[in-house]
Amino acid sequence: MQLESMYQEIILDHYRKPHHKGLRNPFDVEVHHVNPTCGDEITLRVKLDGDTVSDMSYDSAGCSISQASASMLADLVIGRDIDAGLRAHREFVALMQSKGEVEPDEEILEDAVAFTGVSKYPARVKCALLSWMAWKDATAQARVKALNGPASTLAAGDTSPAATSSEGSSS
Amino acid sequence: MTLTNSPYDVELLRKDFPILDRRVHDNVPLVYLDSANTSQKPQQVIDVLSGFYEQHNSNIHRATHALGEEATEAYETARLKVAAFIGATSADEIVFTKNSTESLNLVANVLAWGERRLRPGDEVVVTEMEHHSNIVPWQLLCERTGATLRWFGVTDEGRLDLSNIDGLINARTKVVSFVHVSNILGTLNPVPLIAARAHAVGAIVVVDASQSVPQLPVDVQALGVDFLAFTGHKMCGPTGVGVLWGRRELLEALPPFLGGGEMIETVTMQGSTYAGLPHKYEAGTPPIAEAVTLGAAVDYLNSIGIDAIAAHEQHITAYALAALASVPGLRILGPTEAVDRGGAVSFTLNNVHPHDVAQILDGDGIAVRAGHHCGRPIHQRFGVAASTRASFYLYTTQAEIDALVVGLDKAKRFFS
Repeated sequence: MQLESMYQEIILDHYRKPHHKGLRNPFDVEVHHVNPTCGDEITLRVKLDGDTVSDMSYDSAGCSISQASASMLADLVIGRDIDAGLRAHREFVALMQSKGEVEPDEEILEDAVAFTGVSKYPARVKCALLSWMAWKDATAQARVKALNGPASTLAAGDTSPAATSSEGSSS
Repeated sequence: MTLTNSPYDVELLRKDFPILDRRVHDNVPLVYLDSANTSQKPQQVIDVLSGFYEQHNSNIHRATHALGEEATEAYETARLKVAAFIGATSADEIVFTKNSTESLNLVANVLAWGERRLRPGDEVVVTEMEHHSNIVPWQLLCERTGATLRWFGVTDEGRLDLSNIDGLINARTKVVSFVHVSNILGTLNPVPLIAARAHAVGAIVVVDASQSVPQLPVDVQALGVDFLAFTGHKMCGPTGVGVLWGRRELLEALPPFLGGGEMIETVTMQGSTYAGLPHKYEAGTPPIAEAVTLGAAVDYLNSIGIDAIAAHEQHITAYALAALASVPGLRILGPTEAVDRGGAVSFTLNNVHPHDVAQILDGDGIAVRAGHHCGRPIHQRFGVAASTRASFYLYTTQAEIDALVVGLDKAKRFFS
C-alpha cells in the first residue's frame, strides 16, 4: 500500500501546524460533534456576518486526517460567502464518497484536493468529514438564529451558555 | 525475564488456518494481531460449517425427517461439547444466543420483571473496565426498574480497586456483573473472590467471559458464578452464535426473554406456558449451523489442549510486553507484566493518534485495532480518548510481535 496516497505532505503539514485552531469569540453558535467509533471530537464555533462566514474557530482531538481536514476547512470558509462554503462542503463530501474515482475541483477545494487518497479508505472517511459536518450543522443553526433576529447573537466575550450545542455523529 | 517456550509447534498449527497465508495490499504477508476482536478459523472448523450446509441442513426439533434428526443431533451434541468445555453440570444450562452481548442482555432483561425483578433501591454493581456490552444493558435495566448502577474503579496498574468491596457490594446489591479478562487492559480479575462477596449478600453473579473462555481453562463450578457469557467467534468458531451458561435453578426461576416458537409448552389465545431448559430461552430458529460449528471449534481447541493454549498465550504475551517496553514513547494501559493477564495489550504511542498508528501498521500488513474498543469509560479513566490494541491467540508468533515493534517505530518516524 502506498501510504503516501493517504498521507500527502500537505495533509501532514496541516496536521503538524493546524490553521485557525483554538476557540474564539465572538460566535453565533457552538456545536460539538463526535465520531462514536473512535472517540474523536470537535467543538466548533461559527460567526456569521450577513452572507459571510466572519469566523470559524474550533478545538479538536483526533487523528491526523481529522485534524488536517479541520484546518483546511477553516482556510476555505473563513472570510468567505456562506454559499461558497456550502459549495465546498458539497464538493468535499462528494470527493470523500468517491473512493478515489473523482477528480476534485482544485478551484473549489484548494488544499483539500489532497484528500482524494483518503477517500479510498472507507474507515477513514468519517475522520475527514467530522469537522465538515460540524461546520454545516453550526452554520445552519447560525442562519436560523440570524433569521430570528440579531438580538440572539452573542456579544464578544459573552460566555453565557446561550449558544446552542448539539451532539451528534459525524455521519 | 525468562520466557518459557510455546508448548506446541506454532508454525505447524498455523497451517490449520488458511487465512494466515493471506497477503494483503502490495503483497505483504498478513500479521494478524486482532484476535480479541475476532479469532481466525482453522480449516477443521470451516469444513464443518460448509459440511453442515452441504449434507445436513434442516431446521431442528420439529422436522420429522432424516435431515431434521441429523441437524437436531448435531445441534444438541454441540451443546454437550460446550457444556463440557466450561465444566457445566448439565447441557440444559447452556443457552445458545447470538453473541456475548445478547447473553448479557438476556440476563439484564429477565431481571426487569417477574418475581426476582429489581426494584427502586436495589443496586447493580459493574466495573469501570467493562466492555460497553456489560455496561449499557445494566444501565437500561436500572432505567426500567429504578435500581441504581454502581461500579468498581480501576487502579493505575489496571487492576480492579477492590479496597471498598464490602461497601460497594452490600445488602442492597442484587447483581454483580464483571469481566473475567478485560478486552482492553488484559487484566484477569479474581472471580472467586468477588463472587464469594456477592453471594454473601445474596446477589446474582454474572461474568463476561468473552476473552477468557477462548484462552484459559474456565470451569464455572470453580469460579462460583451464576451466569457466564461468551461468544463463538473469538474461540475459533463462527460469528452469529454466543453462549449463556446459567445455574439451573436461576434459569428455571427467571422469566423468559424472547417469546416465540420453540420456547413454549402450550399456547392459547389466553396465555402460554413455557418449555423447559434450555429451550425456554431459545425462541425462534436458532443459529443452527453456527452452533454446530462452535462445537467443532471446541473440538479443535480440545485437540490442542486449553492448558497448552493458555501457556502459549502467557508466553507470547510476556514476549510482547517485553518487546513493547523497549519502544520509546509507548505507554501500556493495563498490567505491564504477564501475571494474571490475558493476551490483549492496549497502548498509546507518543502523540500519534491510534488511527494513524493502525494505518501505518496496516500498510505493512499488520492488523491491530484502533479506537476505544467498546470501552470508552476505561479510556477516560486513563485520560486518553483512544488506544491501539494488539491481541494474540494460539497462532501468534514471536516474529509477528517483532514486526509490530518495527511498524511502531515506523509510525513514530512518519508522524514526527
